[in-house]
Amino acid sequence: MSGINLSGAHIAKTTKLFINGEFPRTESGRSYPVKTKDGDILTHLCQASRKDLRNAVAAAQSAQAGWAKKTAYNRAQILYRMAEMLEGRMQEFVANRMLVQGLSNEQASAEVNGAIDALVYYAGFADKYSQVMASVNPVSGPFHNFTTPEPVGLVAMLYDQPFDFSTFMGMIASVICSGNTLVVVFDEPGATLLSEIGEVFKTSDLPAGVVNLLSGHVDELTSHMALHMEIQSILLASTDETRRGDIKEMAVENMKRVVPWDFAQKDLAPIVAFTEAKTIWHPVGL
Amino acid sequence: MLDKMIKKKEKNKHKDKDKKKHHDKKIVEAKKRKSHKNFQFEYSESLESTDVVKIQPKNALFINGEFVEPTEGSYFPTINPGDGEVLAEVAEASAKDVDMAVRAARKAYETTWSKISGAERGKYLFRIARMIQERAREFAVLETLDNGKPIKESRDVDIPLVAAHFFYNAGWADKLDFAFPGKKVQPLGVAAQVIPWNFPLLMAAWKIAPALAAGNCVVLKPAETTPLSALLLAEVIQQSGLPPGVVNIVTGAGATGSHLVNHPDINKVAFTGSTQVGKMIAKATAKTNKRLTLELGGKSAHIVYEDAAIDQAIEGVVNGIFFNQGHVCCAGSRLLVEESIAQVFTDKLKDRMQKIRVGNPLDKNTDIGAINSHRELEKIRDFVNGAREEGWDYFSASATEAPSRGFYHKPCFFNHVASSATVFRKEVFGPVLAISTFRTPAEAIAKANDTPYGLAAGVWSEKASKIQKTALGLKAGVIWANTYNKFDPSSPFGGYNESGWGREGGRHGLYPYLEVQ
Repeated sequence: MSGINLSGAHIAKTTKLFINGEFPRTESGRSYPVKTKDGDILTHLCQASRKDLRNAVAAAQSAQAGWAKKTAYNRAQILYRMAEMLEGRMQEFVANRMLVQGLSNEQASAEVNGAIDALVYYAGFADKYSQVMASVNPVSGPFHNFTTPEPVGLVAMLYDQPFDFSTFMGMIASVICSGNTLVVVFDEPGATLLSEIGEVFKTSDLPAGVVNLLSGHVDELTSHMALHMEIQSILLASTDETRRGDIKEMAVENMKRVVPWDFAQKDLAPIVAFTEAKTIWHPVGL
Repeated sequence: MLDKMIKKKEKNKHKDKDKKKHHDKKIVEAKKRKSHKNFQFEYSESLESTDVVKIQPKNALFINGEFVEPTEGSYFPTINPGDGEVLAEVAEASAKDVDMAVRAARKAYETTWSKISGAERGKYLFRIARMIQERAREFAVLETLDNGKPIKESRDVDIPLVAAHFFYNAGWADKLDFAFPGKKVQPLGVAAQVIPWNFPLLMAAWKIAPALAAGNCVVLKPAETTPLSALLLAEVIQQSGLPPGVVNIVTGAGATGSHLVNHPDINKVAFTGSTQVGKMIAKATAKTNKRLTLELGGKSAHIVYEDAAIDQAIEGVVNGIFFNQGHVCCAGSRLLVEESIAQVFTDKLKDRMQKIRVGNPLDKNTDIGAINSHRELEKIRDFVNGAREEGWDYFSASATEAPSRGFYHKPCFFNHVASSATVFRKEVFGPVLAISTFRTPAEAIAKANDTPYGLAAGVWSEKASKIQKTALGLKAGVIWANTYNKFDPSSPFGGYNESGWGREGGRHGLYPYLEVQ
């Protein structure tokens, strides 16, 4: 599905899911066809099931502590590596965006460049946000008291608004740069890039399970995501107001933090939204 | 010269020896006295006078700067849990009253509060802080009467912190640009605030002070069993000259709270209370644009390593679970003690608990006062009975007799409790501790985190690196290392997971009351 040449004897890539650093087919065996802007069959995407979602959550959960424990400098370098990898494969992404959504070369290039910039931006923030957000608090008493941000843990991201690759990548980078792990559910047209995105992650020293990508019908997976008890937070890029309300309501079950993406693409705010402030008191004395 | 000094030293030495002799003699005498079979202290109460407080028999609502009768004219009693007697009647705000309060807040927001400068807003808050300090004793006694907490706590903890919260946040009002550098901040508008009965005035201060500093107007609903101190605060607010409608206080129970939270002209809801009610509010506001912060329940773990200063840790554990009768959302209700010291530690804990005085909240010697209501007392008893039926090792301190009238519960613990036990998982909100052991730091952290909550935790060790490592592993918003239950207006407070959303206190506590762009 590189999209360069659909007729003739080229080797089309099978698009699968990206879970725990691997590319499995959906366990359900279901797929659905995706067409190009011109109406040709481009590929068949995996229609992820509830079970796939749960597998992805399990992978993200077991990856979380290790990812958060890496030094901020290390996380920063891995995010930067993702930018390097994306840059190296830019043409594939540009071609897809042109073919699937009919963007001009210029528009598609701008999107992919935006995605690369977002990765670089959050790579640079990974070892700085805590200095900006943390505080030493002047409590009345002989105590050393300080507040630092920690990742909330496992974040699920649902993307069903008009696809913009640069926003999409900025969202992922802002969530994982602080040590969260991520399960992403999205549909076409963006999901036609699932393999390529997964390959960028896979070759960037990003540990398996930190980001998991599921293509499928967002409707079908929404409630399973919102009700899953191991997910701590949900990032929503959805213009569907009913869906947003439904998710917020269901998320109450285990008090997930539901955050609609209404941030500038490059900002501290999305990092803040997926951290918890931890305050530590310790006596000062002899 | 030197000789003289040496001589003097010698002389002093003799003196010291004499002193020591005298001292030893005293100890022997004391020992003799103690060994006397029939020797007993005669306990004499030291009651705080209630003269300083004048409670109105009927208490109206505080709306738009005035005390007004409830439109439907209904009142409910508030009880002194120390003796079970009715203290006063309090107005029950109906939907109509709540609407009036919200309208007053909106009007104040639009006409005055958002028009004046941050510096001016700050001045009102500073003034309120000072007025609370002036009337601190009055507030403390009233709080103890209505809530049942020991006077030493309302006097030394609650009320000083109330004043401190107003004073701290006052200073932020004209410095919000420094709170979030590079950002533009704006108030949200009208905040609905619903608070619990365990720290009635302190929770009012936690809610009102940052909201006002950030430029919002508020409608506050105190808990139905403890409305009186908030109404006295209303009086202070009225006297402070704060523009009418900036703070409105509506008393009532769950229905009043529901009217308030569901009012369409509210921009923000802040709630402190049970996780159950918090979830109801989160559901009720899910499909609105109201911003929401929640401070909910907890089942906080207290980890004691074998290299802890044991006697200090005992004090910390006792303070952690028995402070305020255990009616504390961040109470250290689970004790995880390293297996190697478990026996020594629980023996010492028993001894210490026998010295806890359960009694009249107004008695300055009382350590554990009254349980806030009969309903809460029943709830605690149910938990204790349930845990006893489940068969966990039960210990109840029985050295002091609780007063015969009023609602009291002795401090107790359950030992060798399994992680699956109800008393280890559910929030009791009373003086009931559940004890378990661990062998490695990893096990301690895993056990501590094995809860849907994540409000607070305690760690006791004399090894700093171990404390840091443990604190980093704990999924909780507040970690007290070698201390517990410390609070300060500059220190952010709030929990992970089902313990709530957002922080209160410090710079972080301003964030939920601002639009930051």
